Parts: sequence; C-alpha cells; structure tokens
Amino acid sequence: MKTPNQKAWLFVAPVIILVAFNALVPLMTVVNYSVQETFGNNLFFWHGVGWFEQVLNSERFHAALGRQFLFTATILAIEIPLGVAIALSMPRSGFWVPVCLVLMALPLLIPWNVVGAMWNIFTLPDIGLLGYTLNNVVGIEYNMTQSPVAAWITVVVMDVWHWTSLVVLLAYAGLISIPDAYYQAAKIDGASNWSVFRYIQLPKMKRVLTIAILLRFMDSFMIYTEPFVLTGGGPGNSTTLLSIDLVKIALGQFDLGPAAAMSLVYFAITLLVSWLFYTLMTRDEE
Amino acid sequence: MQRRSIVPILYVLFLLLPIYWLLAMSFKTTNEILGGFSLLPQEWTLDNYRVIFTDPTWYWGYINSILYVSLNTVISVLAALPAAYAFSRYRFLGDKHLFFWLLTNRMAPPAVFALPFFQLYSSVGLFDTHIAVALAHCLFNIPLAVWILEGFMSGVPKEIDETAMVDGYSFPTFFFKIFVPTIKAGIGVAAFFCFMFSWVEMLLAKTLTAVAAKPIAATMTKTASSAGYELGLLAAAGCLTIIPGAIVIYFVRNYIARGFALGRV
Repeated sequence: MKTPNQKAWLFVAPVIILVAFNALVPLMTVVNYSVQETFGNNLFFWHGVGWFEQVLNSERFHAALGRQFLFTATILAIEIPLGVAIALSMPRSGFWVPVCLVLMALPLLIPWNVVGAMWNIFTLPDIGLLGYTLNNVVGIEYNMTQSPVAAWITVVVMDVWHWTSLVVLLAYAGLISIPDAYYQAAKIDGASNWSVFRYIQLPKMKRVLTIAILLRFMDSFMIYTEPFVLTGGGPGNSTTLLSIDLVKIALGQFDLGPAAAMSLVYFAITLLVSWLFYTLMTRDEE
Repeated sequence: MQRRSIVPILYVLFLLLPIYWLLAMSFKTTNEILGGFSLLPQEWTLDNYRVIFTDPTWYWGYINSILYVSLNTVISVLAALPAAYAFSRYRFLGDKHLFFWLLTNRMAPPAVFALPFFQLYSSVGLFDTHIAVALAHCLFNIPLAVWILEGFMSGVPKEIDETAMVDGYSFPTFFFKIFVPTIKAGIGVAAFFCFMFSWVEMLLAKTLTAVAAKPIAATMTKTASSAGYELGLLAAAGCLTIIPGAIVIYFVRNYIARGFALGRV
C-alpha cells in the first residue's frame, strides 16, 4: 500500500519545473497565435475562433488527417501482428538470442533523418538496391517520385523496417516472463499451439502489447522527419501526413494563426485517442 | 524449434539490407554511384570518411550531438529518480493526474512545438546552445524516464525502505547508498531510452541551433541540398551516426529483454 504523503510534491518538483517550462510556455504561445490575426511587424489582432472554424472546415486538413489515420492504421495492422509473430518464433534462450536482439534494436537508434536518407538511397530507381532490383530484375516499374502508390508503400515499409523491432522487444519481454511450469501444464493437458497462444501467451503479453500499441500510435501519429526526408510529402500531396502539412503551413507559408489552430486540433486528437488507451489500460489493472 | 527460427533470421536480414546499402555507398566515389549499379564498391575509397574527419563543420556536428544527448540523459534521469520514487511509494494530492499530464507531453507532436520553442529559447538567450536542446528534449524524455523508473521501483519491496529507516539511515543516505544500487538495471534502461530518443530526434535539435551547437542532422541536410547531391558523403555521415547507438546497445545488451519485462515499458 502506498503511504499518503504530501511532501512527495517536493520529489516531483524538479520534473514539474523542467517539463512545465517546455510544455506550458510553448503551448500558451500556440494558443495565443491561434486566436489572433497578424499582418507582420508584430502587429496582432483578435480573431476569435475564426482560425479553428477555417481549419475544421478546410478540405486540406481533412485530407491530411485522413492520410494520417490511414497511415497509422496500416502500420499498426502490420507491425503489431508481425512483431508478435517474430517474438513467438524466437528461441527463449541461447547464444544467438542477444545477438538477434541487438541487431533488431539497431534501427531504433538511427537518427530519423538518416532513416529517411537511407531509404531514399536504398530505393533510388537506377542506383538503389531495392529500386534497381524491382525495376531491372523483378521487372516492376518502380519510381517513388512519380507514383503516389509506390511512395505510399515505401513510406509504410520504411516505418515497418524502423519500428517493428520495438514491438518484437516488448512482446519478447512479455514472453520470457512466463514461467516454464505454465508450458508444462499446457503440455500435460494436451493443449494445441493455438490454445497455448490464446490462453497463456496472449494474456501474459497483454500489458506489454498495450504499451506497444500506445507508443506506436503516438509516434506514428506524430511522424515527421522520416517521410519528409524520404518523399518531401510528394508526389503531389500523396504522402503529406499531418505533421508535414503543419510545418508547411507554419514555417513555409508563415501562416501562424491557422497553423496554431491546426496544432491544437491535432494535439487534441492525439490526446483523446491516447487517453482512451490509457484509461483502458489502467482500468484493467485495478 | 529449429525450423521456426527462420522467421527471426529473415527479419534480421530485412533489417540489415538498407544498412548494408548505406555502408556500400559510403565506400564508393560519387562518379561510381552515379555511373551505374554495383552490389559492391568497384574502387574502394575512404575519401568520404576523410572529408568528415578533417572538416570541422562535419566532425563538430557529431560532437555537438553527443554533447547535448549526454547532457539530456543526465538531466532526465537525475530529475526522474526522486519523482519516480514519489510515484511508486507515496499517494499524494493529484498524483494520478500529474502522471497522466507528464505522459501527455510524450504525446505532443514536436512539429507543433517547433516554432514556439525557437521563440522561447531565443527570448531566454539560450538559442544555439547545447543546453537548449538538452532542456527541450526533456519534454519527452523525462516523462518516459519517470514511467520506466516507476515500473522498476514498484518491483522493489517496500520492506527495504522500512528496514533502512529502522536501522537509522537518513533518507538521502538510504536513497543513494541502498535504493539506487538496487535499481541499477532500471537506471540503465531509462538512460538507454533517453539516449535513444534524444539521439534520434532531429526536428527540435535543428530548430534550436544555428552554428555553435549545430547537430549532425543539420550538416547532413546542407549536403543533401547543396553541392549536387553528394550521395557518398551523405552515406558515410549516415553510417557514422549508427555507431554511438550501436555502442549504447552493446552496454545494455543483457538488460534489453529483461529490462522491458521488469519495468513497465
């Protein structure tokens, strides 16, 4: 049982100060911009909720949001089952296990712009390994800068390459925490592989998988650097995800008001979905 | 059992292919790269690496990145330690809300904050310093460190705290001499994740720096857009950014699976 102790606030004070400095001041700046109109020279006028109306009704925002949801749903649908499958087929111990884990963790530690640049080089039509193989060996016409479908698939494959390992590591951690006795009992009962998975492994992995889904949702919803470096949002707008569009408006066109309003709507959506996950997760604990 | 291990092997091969290609490119000359396709470099060259190690704008990019990442890891873990202890041991007014508020900052898209961050750090005179990037990365690393450490600390029985108090240890002595060593693995895992997320984040790092603390990413972007796209140089720079991460994984290799299971992450 935890002891009630209000002095605990002193313990959390440094964290609150550091995070609040970074979170509240910028957030207030964004809120400030979102309700004002500017014509430059630091002259601002009250604009009310005008920008919010504009953003919520804009085709452009709907399109970017749609692409964002499609992207996040696609990568979750691929990475979670694939990660679990790989974790299940890993041996529980042995010499190769740490080697495998270290190699798998490697993509997680590559700077995001390098990931984008690496996939760009990898998929160049004439001189990239994947681009050349697809075009000249397999015989599929593949050019990311021309075909929106190819660009979209490449961005998804890149994300699978980049992040599936996180799901594998989490699922594997859940799996190795299952005592051997469970498996022996299942064997005596003559349980099939499926029922071992359904009634022993899956419940034990539930907690880590919730964390994996939560982390993957948040990170893929905020993704910016990798697709920006890989495709620049193109061809056309086909891979312009929400963050890319936002940066285009804020820093490219310097439309601070609409960009700020869009930021807040964007943040609210992320927060809402994450909160749903979080409550589901903590409700199960109690 | 043996047949099943084909899946992880295929997966690892898939992971290594793009990395192999980056490595192969980094040993090719620009002419060879643009000249045509070859699996292995025809004329091996170290010129790309030579440029990086002799040109200060290049190698300072790496030094700057490592400086702010280390600074951030130290700040995040030190601040998170007492907070995680409070969350795992005490009940206090608003503790659950506070924990969720911390997590919401992990959910804030960096793109949303890029411009306000630039203005904030300019106005306090920290723009283009390592400490600015280190502090900015606290936004998502502190919540993560608190989350991980809290998981590890909750795994330590409360009797340890009580016994130490009965034995007459003062709180600081107990905390640093007894408690911190028992969660060494947790601190390692938390530091690993802080290092990882600070090392890979580039949008804020680029926004908050200009010359003096410019991270390697900014230098790479410059190369990519100017001087006719020097792919070899870009590939070499990319390969070098993998090394610090690889070293860090090597240190936590024994904790990597266990650490995930013990902690909440």
